[in-house]
Formats: sequence, structure tokens, C-alpha cells
Amino acid sequence: MDEVFELGSKIREDFPILKRLVRGKPFVYLDSAATTQKPIQVIEAIKNYYEMFNANVHRGIYSIAEEATVAYEKAREKVAHFINARSPREIVFTRNATEAINLVMYSWGLSNVRRRDVLLTTEMEHHSNLLPWQTLSKLKGATLKFIGFNEDGFLKLEEFDKYKNKSVKLFAFTFASNVLGTINQVRELVKYAKKMGAVTIVDAAQAVPHMPVDVQQLDCDFMVFSGHKMLGPMGIGVLYGKERLLEEMKPFMVGGEMVKAVSFESSEWNDIPWKFEAGTPNVEGAIGLAAAIDYLQRLGMDTVRKHEVKLTEHALDALTRVDGITYYGPSSPEQRCGLISFNLKGIHPHDLAMFLDNEGIAIRAGHHCAMLLHNRLGITASARVSFYIYNIPSEIDLLVNNLEKIKKMLEI
Amino acid sequence: MGIHLPEDFPKHIIEHYRRPRNYGEIEGANVIVKDSNRLCGDYVEIYLKFEGKRISDISFKGQGCMMSQASASMLTELIKGKEVDEVLKITKNDITKMLGLELDPVRMKCAMLPLVAIRKGIETYLSKR
Ligand SMILES: Cc1ncc(COP(=O)(O)O)c(C=O)c1O
Repeated sequence: MDEVFELGSKIREDFPILKRLVRGKPFVYLDSAATTQKPIQVIEAIKNYYEMFNANVHRGIYSIAEEATVAYEKAREKVAHFINARSPREIVFTRNATEAINLVMYSWGLSNVRRRDVLLTTEMEHHSNLLPWQTLSKLKGATLKFIGFNEDGFLKLEEFDKYKNKSVKLFAFTFASNVLGTINQVRELVKYAKKMGAVTIVDAAQAVPHMPVDVQQLDCDFMVFSGHKMLGPMGIGVLYGKERLLEEMKPFMVGGEMVKAVSFESSEWNDIPWKFEAGTPNVEGAIGLAAAIDYLQRLGMDTVRKHEVKLTEHALDALTRVDGITYYGPSSPEQRCGLISFNLKGIHPHDLAMFLDNEGIAIRAGHHCAMLLHNRLGITASARVSFYIYNIPSEIDLLVNNLEKIKKMLEI
Repeated sequence: MGIHLPEDFPKHIIEHYRRPRNYGEIEGANVIVKDSNRLCGDYVEIYLKFEGKRISDISFKGQGCMMSQASASMLTELIKGKEVDEVLKITKNDITKMLGLELDPVRMKCAMLPLVAIRKGIETYLSKR
């Protein structure tokens, strides 16, 4: 535990927001799965861009436009390297993970999915990786099917057998569940999908920020994630796609930046990845994300992961000692990402979050954009705590103390 | 030493949540209505007994957040013995006053759930008469 404390404590110094008070109390932020706080290095990188070389990219002939373009494309290279893509050409910048999934839905889905095809997903998806496929299946007359999960929060792999002889076009699944915390066996799932001939799209919004990820090793066709969940600014997200697929796909949006030549009748699309980036991109976002990746790489993603496993272990230990707590998902911290959803008997999660807020503790309450999953658990809402590199064990202890106090106050 | 309540958080809400008044079923109720709030899973079941146009007895059962359950408990106290016409005049504003708390729209929906159910119950009774 000491090393977890040491790392977290040292890192906290870099996060200005963690020094503020909330309702007169030290701020305890336990909602990093929603968005992470930002280190001074990221804030400075964005500030520096606006103070030193703000210009539109890929257009200007003058020096700072060139500097901005280089920084923007360097950010792309950094992202590619971070997830071990073969080339920066496989990295498309989007607004967030949600937009990246929608891009695949419109651009790949509309051209490739036909009537009576099967689109496969799971019952543990965030709405971001569910609604696009629901929409696509309606538009195309395809069927949307779901792989369920068991009591321990793992996907029921045997259910794949049902789809052996079907025309499964796509398998869209989450790398790590934002409610159960389950880390799925992506490599295995991709293999299953490949056998069925399905294209794979992995929602890595809760994975890329928290652990080493290697897209070549996983061999998925598409992967998406959001910058704001990994120390970066809001408004920048990533679509990774295999070059071959991206080349075949039509643009998602059309306009400036994404064309080579325009005539009155038609236009010639730009090369990948720019073909998918219509209009002025989020340069500030890309530069901020690059700074975030630098920060994470300095720590090392193995260290980031280890820190979270230790914190999760501590939190599971502490929470399960509270009478009346039910938590969801796997029991082993090694099989979970750094978040825990739970319910405390006798109190609604919304009330719990309200009382904790009054103590300066920020947690999430509700269905966390996963109503289907909550239905399956037989509940309508849960409370969720989630961790990142700056969290320390004493914050979890404070949370648990307050849970006990709330129980006492409400006599539950 | 206990947890500090939000400064302006009315103690009587917690009081009613902890010890709901008029909780349970009543024998010989003329109308039983259920209502729920899908988004957060709040649920109430209201038992109403009438004498002419007066609500002679009322009770509730339910589950859910503090706002919905405390509001139900307080409403049963407020309504018991009142004329139907009077009860139908109770507004959102009155609920806010009763709770002593300004709520955001999401939580206001929770607090309104029991009143919405009671109105339905009264309408059912009146249409049967
Ligand atoms: C698993 C998962 N997928 C997708 C998303 C959507 O991310 P964003 O809102 O940044 O597009 C989230 C975050 O809320 C998530 O947790």
C-alpha cells in the first residue's frame, strides 16, 4: 500500500484542481471513469499552443501554420505509437469515443451491412456502443444480437455458438466495462469474431487510459477511445482502424480538409486519415492529448495499471466490510479496471451521492449510460467510484468512513 | 461526530424517510394506485379510503430515493381528512414548500411521484362514482 500512496501523492502535485476545497473540505475525486482531471503539463501545453503558434493546420504557408501542422501530426504519431498502430495513417481524430463509433457506423456500416445480417454486441455496453448498432440494424433491416454476461460479470462465451452459421457482419464490444469493471479477453473475442467472419470494433474508452494496449497484438479492426478520460482535454477522441478498411470506407462528413480536388460535379477524397477529418480539426485537443500521452508514458502504463489494481484491491476490501454493500462484477482486482459499482441497502444511489458530495467526495450515481446492463442486474441505478493515477488509499478510507456515518444517520 | 448534512438540508426529510408515516396497507381501501419512475426506479403504491368526497384514510408503500419516499410520507399526513377538491389543487410549488427544498428537475420528478399517483387515484375514484 505504501508504494500506491507514494505514487498517488507525488502525482497529485501536478493536478491543480486536487488542491481546491469543495464545500469547505479537501476535494476527493472518485469519478475518473467519467472524465479525468488534468495535470499542469497538459494545461500548459494547450496554453503554449495558443500563446505561441495558434494557426489553422494543413493550410497556411507561413511559419506558425507549419508549426501547428507539425504539432497536430506529431500528436497523431504519438497516439499511433501509444497503442502500437502500424502507422499514423490508421489514427483518425474525432471528438470522442462516441463520435468514433458513429463514424464506423455511418461510414463502414451503411455500405457493408445488408438485410438479415447479424450485428453482434454484448449486454455490458455503454449506450455509445449500443445505440449506433441499434440504429444501423433498423436502417438496414439487420438483426442486433447480444452476448450476455454471468453472475461474476464475465461474458458468456458459449453463446457465440448460436451464431456459428449466421452471417455475422460485426462484433462490437467493450474492452473494459464502465459499470462491472470487467476486463474482457479482447484477443480471444477477436479470434471468435474472425472465425465468424465479423469485423471487430473495440470500445476501449475504459482501457487505453489505464493499461498497456497493443492493437497489433489484439488484432481488432477498429478501436475507439476518448482523450478526456486519459488526462487529455475534452473534445478529442480517437478512431483506430486497419489501413485496408479505412481505405475502403467512404467519408463520414464532407467539407474542407478532406478533399484533394473539387470540380462542379464531384470531388476526389483526400488520403486516409484526413479523408475522415472534415473541417478545421481540434488542434488544441490533439496537442493536449499528446502531452497527456507523454505524461502517461513517463510513468509507464505498467505502473499506471499496477497502481489501479492495488487501489481496487484496497477498495474492494474496504467496501465489502461495510454491512449492506453489494458490488457488481468480478471479485478479483486483476480482472477489473479501476472502478467499482455498488449499492448500499436502504439508500438510493442518488441520495448517497448527494450526502457524499457534502463531504467533498465526488462519486457517480445512476445507470452510467448502461440501462441494459442495469436491467440485467435487476437494478435501476448504482453508485460508482472510479480511480486514476492521482488517487490514494486514504481517499477510499474516507469514503468508507462516510458510508458508515450515512448508515448511522439514516439508521440503516 | 455524525455526517454533516448539507446546511440547508431539511431534517424532516430524513425524519420522514427513516420513519415513514402512514406506511403499509389499509383495509377496505376504495382505490389502490401504483406509479413508478423508470429512470431511477422510484416506486409508490397508494391506498385511499373515501367518505363521500373526503379522503378519510390514506397510506402508502414504496421504495426508492429519499425524495420520493419522504414526499409520500409527508403527503399522506397533509392529505388525510381533506376534501378531494382541495387535494387536486396541490401543485409542484406546494411540494417544494412542503419539502422545504429547491430541487433540480430530475429530483423534482422523484418528489412529484406520490402526488401524481394520488391524483390518479382520486380520478379513478371519481369516475367510478
Ligand atoms: C465504456 C465507455 N464507452 C464509451 C464512453 C463514451 O465516451 P465519450 O462520452 O467520451 O464519447 C464511455 C464514457 O462515458 C465509456 O465508459
